[in-house]
Amino acid sequence: MKNNKLKLLWQLFSSFFKIGLFTFGGGMAMIPFIQKETVEKHGWIEEKDILEILAISESTPGPIAVNTATFIGYQKAGVLGSAAATLGVVLPSFIIILIISTFLRQFQEIQAVQYAFAGIRAGVIALVIKALIKLYKSCPKNLISYIIIGLAFIAAVLGVNVIIIIICAGLIGIGTVLFARKEGKK
Amino acid sequence: MIFLELFITFFKIGLFTFGGGYAMIPLIQSEVLGKEWLLENELINFIAVSESTPGPFAINIATYVGSELGGILGSACATLGVVLPSFIIILIVAKFYLKFKTNKYIAGAMTGLRPAAIALIMSAVVSMALAVFFPAGFVVNYEFITSVIIFGIMLTLILCIKKIHPILLICLSAVLGIAAGYAQQLFVR
Repeated sequence: MKNNKLKLLWQLFSSFFKIGLFTFGGGMAMIPFIQKETVEKHGWIEEKDILEILAISESTPGPIAVNTATFIGYQKAGVLGSAAATLGVVLPSFIIILIISTFLRQFQEIQAVQYAFAGIRAGVIALVIKALIKLYKSCPKNLISYIIIGLAFIAAVLGVNVIIIIICAGLIGIGTVLFARKEGKK
Repeated sequence: MIFLELFITFFKIGLFTFGGGYAMIPLIQSEVLGKEWLLENELINFIAVSESTPGPFAINIATYVGSELGGILGSACATLGVVLPSFIIILIVAKFYLKFKTNKYIAGAMTGLRPAAIALIMSAVVSMALAVFFPAGFVVNYEFITSVIIFGIMLTLILCIKKIHPILLICLSAVLGIAAGYAQQLFVR
């Protein structure tokens, strides 16, 4: 019995270690791999559960990888299971970035590398715009959305604290739902 | 104490980031750049590094900033900080799964948070564009022209080829950047 539990914890850790190691760019890019490891290989969850976990991930803070690891780990082996899975998914990035950070500063002092990064910085803005377009496509397109986008953008440019903007946006969202309910009751 | 400060800062970043990855850039700008732990250009460079290494951006940036400021222990504190909010919240959600799924207030909050994430990333793009295109005030010089051209090429590629890999784009902009830099040394001087 105890052995089985240890084995499960190890499987959770190693599976999510692999997921953390082989997914570049993060976010939605890891979905196919998560699906392969957790649904096809181990049968921890069912295909349809993936969509539900994604929906939960999107309405809670933090990276999808961490959310998924914590969620599946908990369902399979409680708090210990979620700790094992989360540690597994975080560890590869942690180790790799730790190694990179020891030489990134010196590396950036090389002339050719500086030229390369000057080009890369221009390219990165295009990459972030791509992420922006993707997020916009998944956002409901109604008047309230546009008003929040407008107000939050102006507030952010004027230098209002980001956390205050996020809390206000969440409250406005809750407010509109309550308001819509009241209207519906009339 | 730097370790506690790293933990608290990244805990805040982890707690208030909805919409994944780049939605945390504005908060990183205000928290990490505000404390002068990184420069704007270093942050943009690191976005490219993070795109080319495995794992989520949140973990990568926390580990990097932590290790720059406090070595291995610093990176452990920052990474733990950024992961802990999601970890705790998902544990709670997993326990009350069915209630969470049908909760009107959470669904309502999301209708506000999604557009806010878009607006915050838009403002991050504006601030990054200012840092990249006008590093020394509003002057149209060689660096400005080459940056705009490289940006234009990358944006066209991204919009035209749907499945193009980010690492490929980063490599291509690196090559163009090197070419532009050495071309300037050879011809413009």
